[in-house]
Amino acid sequence: MNTSLSWIKAYVPDLDCTAQEYRDAMTLTGTKVEGFERKDKNLDKIVVGQIEKIDRHPDADKLVVCQVNIGTETIQIVTGAPNVKEGQKVPVVLDGGKVAGGHDGGPLPEDGIAIKAGKLRGVESNGMMCSIEELGSNRDMYPEAPEEGIYIFKDDVEVGADAVELLGLRDTVFEYEVTSNRVDCYSVLGIAREAAATFRKPFHPPVVKACGNGEDVNDYVSVEVKDTDLCTRYCARVCKNIKIGPSPEWMQRRLASSGIRPINNLVDITNYVMEEYGQPMHAFDLDTVEGHKIIVRRAKDGDQFQTLDGQMRKLDGEVLMICDAEKEIGIAGIMGGENSKITDDVHTVLFEAAIFNGANIRKSAKRLGLRTDASGKFEKGLEPRNAEDAINRACQLIEELGCGEVVGGIVDVKEPIPELRELPFEPERYNRLLGTNVRNEEMLEIFSRLDIRAVEENGQMKLVLPAFRQDLIGMADIAEEVARFYGYDKIPTTLPSGESTNGKLSYKLRIEQKARDIAEYCGFSQGMTYSFESPKVFDKLLLSADDKLRKTVTISNPLGEDFSIMRTISLNGMLTSLATNYNRRNKNVKLYELGNIYIPKALPVTELPDERMQFTLGFYGEGDFFTMKGVIEEFLESVGLKDKKEYDPNAGKTFLHPGRQALVKYQGHVLGYFGEVHPEVCDTYGIGTKAYVAVLDMPEVVPLTTFDRKYEGIARFPAVSRDISMVVPKEVLVGQIEQMIAQRGGKILESYSLFDIYEGSQIKEGFKSVAYSITFRAKDKTLEEADVSAAMKKILNGLEQMGIELRQ
Amino acid sequence: MKAKLDQIREQALAQIRNCDTTDKLNEIRVGILGKKGELTSVLKSMKDVAPEERPQVGQWVNDARAEIEKVLEEHRTKLERAVREARMKAEVIDVTLPAKKAEIGHRHPNTIALEEVERIFIGMGYEVVEGPEVERDYYNFEALNIPADHPAKDEQDTFYINGDILLRTQTSGVQVHEMEKGKLPIRMIAPGRVFRADEVDATHSPSFHQIEGLVIDKNITFADLKGTLAEFAKELFGEGTKVKFRPHHFPFTEPSAEMDVTCFKCGGKGCRFCKGEGWIEILGCGMVHPHVLEMSKIDPEEYSGFAFGVGLERIALLKYEIDDMRLLYENDIRFLKQF
Repeated sequence: MNTSLSWIKAYVPDLDCTAQEYRDAMTLTGTKVEGFERKDKNLDKIVVGQIEKIDRHPDADKLVVCQVNIGTETIQIVTGAPNVKEGQKVPVVLDGGKVAGGHDGGPLPEDGIAIKAGKLRGVESNGMMCSIEELGSNRDMYPEAPEEGIYIFKDDVEVGADAVELLGLRDTVFEYEVTSNRVDCYSVLGIAREAAATFRKPFHPPVVKACGNGEDVNDYVSVEVKDTDLCTRYCARVCKNIKIGPSPEWMQRRLASSGIRPINNLVDITNYVMEEYGQPMHAFDLDTVEGHKIIVRRAKDGDQFQTLDGQMRKLDGEVLMICDAEKEIGIAGIMGGENSKITDDVHTVLFEAAIFNGANIRKSAKRLGLRTDASGKFEKGLEPRNAEDAINRACQLIEELGCGEVVGGIVDVKEPIPELRELPFEPERYNRLLGTNVRNEEMLEIFSRLDIRAVEENGQMKLVLPAFRQDLIGMADIAEEVARFYGYDKIPTTLPSGESTNGKLSYKLRIEQKARDIAEYCGFSQGMTYSFESPKVFDKLLLSADDKLRKTVTISNPLGEDFSIMRTISLNGMLTSLATNYNRRNKNVKLYELGNIYIPKALPVTELPDERMQFTLGFYGEGDFFTMKGVIEEFLESVGLKDKKEYDPNAGKTFLHPGRQALVKYQGHVLGYFGEVHPEVCDTYGIGTKAYVAVLDMPEVVPLTTFDRKYEGIARFPAVSRDISMVVPKEVLVGQIEQMIAQRGGKILESYSLFDIYEGSQIKEGFKSVAYSITFRAKDKTLEEADVSAAMKKILNGLEQMGIELRQ
Repeated sequence: MKAKLDQIREQALAQIRNCDTTDKLNEIRVGILGKKGELTSVLKSMKDVAPEERPQVGQWVNDARAEIEKVLEEHRTKLERAVREARMKAEVIDVTLPAKKAEIGHRHPNTIALEEVERIFIGMGYEVVEGPEVERDYYNFEALNIPADHPAKDEQDTFYINGDILLRTQTSGVQVHEMEKGKLPIRMIAPGRVFRADEVDATHSPSFHQIEGLVIDKNITFADLKGTLAEFAKELFGEGTKVKFRPHHFPFTEPSAEMDVTCFKCGGKGCRFCKGEGWIEILGCGMVHPHVLEMSKIDPEEYSGFAFGVGLERIALLKYEIDDMRLLYENDIRFLKQF
């Protein structure tokens, strides 16, 4: 919403403040001013001059030399403008002055253009005559300006007068951010009312008098509303003997300041009233209205309709239409029809000011792909009383501006208009909610500024709320009115009293925090990727056509196919991020992410999906499979998973190297998987080196975690170590060897560690050499040779049963 | 005898003083004090001394021995020190050579900012909770006073799964989940991902994060809201930070406000960073709407509360002066390493 200060001042004449003061004060009472633009910020020393004499330039065909009377003196100006004539009055910028832009109408430079006296092709020129573009505007807003050349004033302006003022450019245009609850403030009057209340100045809205000739509008038109659920009020008035012409300058300037292009008196009046009252109006050429009858009803599914912009629109059964006795003539609240639009030959106009259902208009406009100024206003839900005021105001302007003759009376078809809302006056509750001590009188004074009437009834004070404030419904709304005019800044600052509470992270979040810590200790940096992705991801990951990960929660209105499904696997984001880094030649990239996947419980989706937090790691560069394994173990141990982790090489992940992948298991639970990325997948993503990824499914991990720690004592008795060296069939995993050692080692087994593994020429085909160091220790004594030998014997027997040969 | 002892002593002391290595010093020690040493042999010859003189001679020997040992020890210390000094002299290093780092990873700026916020509110007794990202319409809109036809539903450009299930557009729904648990008082913050149908550019992302805050208790006032958030702003942006509350509108709070903080770059004087305003908009907040309380079965006559919502990316971008939101989701390691 944009409005000029001068238009506001038309209703609040005593308003006296700078633009900045206005902005600050309005913002603090809730009418947020986003910014303002002083129209004259780069217009300096510009006066009305009269061209007294024009001579040819001695050395240039396209230039002329003008003698221009600027009131105090006559100065010489050289110009190339094609349209200057002796006797014309024009805007002249004097030596040392400034204009806003160039004559080409391009983007305006921040600091304008300084004008200095000088010579043009050898002839002295002491200023410049200005086009409307040089003054920072354009022909859209100043339709009277010539297509090319200098702006020409009307004859009645005074020579030497302030040209900027005459053009209405001594003004500031404010841009407001109006909140959706303040429907009344989508109008100049609404904002002016807030300005008056903010600055404690009297508010003078336009006085609308009954107008119209002795005729009865009912002899001209009848109205029938068939769908009263979508149209709660329809006011119609008729004006005849219409004389189309330009609207007065003051109206053109005000419309221009709101960004609306002046067209002609009739269009300008409807636009003006829409801005002023916030009530959109429509004008029909009554001679095109068949049977002089208006019918308001829903369209039929599949109807076609040509709007006044010439476009054919496909309608459906929920679009509300304005029809005459035979046909549709306008889409209610959105756009009129080509078949009833006003032309320059119009004689009789039918004005419509109606109240349409906001939600219906909003949805229709969306479905039709046709959002207009009018629909934008209607969709907020307009107040029915305002419609009548607005149509009368328009008729008054028709009369005042000599645009036509207003037919007496109004056709007004309406549902019952709700009574004015009333609320009890509850000062203690307002103060209790705000934490303030505002006195009753002060509250009442604030209400009076807001047109909220305080009335005493049976000894009780009640508040009668103005119709235009549809947002005031309960106690808290009134408290806000008190707060914003008492001043948010004057409300004290305290801290909540009452019962103290325990500040903490949820347990799940604590585990995630640990995951971040460990990942980072291990050199991984945190990435973040989107939750939605393309269904093509599954092919990129080589998943089979019937893989259950392909069953997704799908967005019905995505930004595009690439963002259309909620991810069921976290790897695409990770691989994409690794690829981004690889492309940018970043070396040794280690990333992790904590983010959800979304597993549908059933398809089609009827329940919320299972949101599973995934701890995803990925890297390329230094490190290998076992680097990743190390990170996983570091994390699991840090959250209390101290027992042996098991690794099952039969993970079955299509996107991982078939010989370099494993499931991570703990106490029988599958916690996740990791491995080297399948070379084909690396190729697909554009990662030109080996990459490794791991995914831990946190809902599986979290229940197994604990932060409990118990001191187990430091061993007091010496340990005994034995090294064994084995020749092992290739297919036997060291995990199986370890399992055997653990099973057979007995109570005195303390630990075991792999210290050598070798495959190669010295070892026979199909075998590998593996060496372990096994450590024994008793808690209560120094071990004797016999104890250790017995344990070792059991272990070695077990290993031999696995087809393992011991090397001596 | 005495003369002999004196001679041994003088000789020994001279030898010691002239000695330049600890090894030689040991040889000297053995030569004098060892089993076959000179002084030892004097002791061995005690049997030739008249018994009445023996105490006297014994005393002389002990004195000599003590003195030699003392000087020997002193000289050893001196030599050892000299050796150590020499070694250390040879060990001088160039301390400006590069450090050997453990190459720890880096936390995402969003998380750093979030943890800051969490730290502040945990300190004030708030619990950090979560809610679902794929949410029901009721929790995202209706229970927050945004009924079916409310224009705010359009403003938020919601991604829908179907008519009832959507991607949450705000973390505010977690308020409702917490209130429905029926455990009062409530002091919580709920960080999390939210989604809106915005095309990706330098200031927009279809997926971003919010932190919701909610306090419900008896006698909670707008003044408490102001005080709490002013405290938060000071903790987050520095002690000198001032706050300004402007009236605003959210369907689920009344009265509502937006909070600005003094620009932490220029301190409020106005600079390019704050576009000359001196203030930076940071969050939306307000008193929980009585109707919202009622819908979640909390009696607005007895309880009141305040709520606020902060854009996490907004904080991160401002605090770390990141000029393009897309950087947050590209995961370029050169970006992440700066945090």
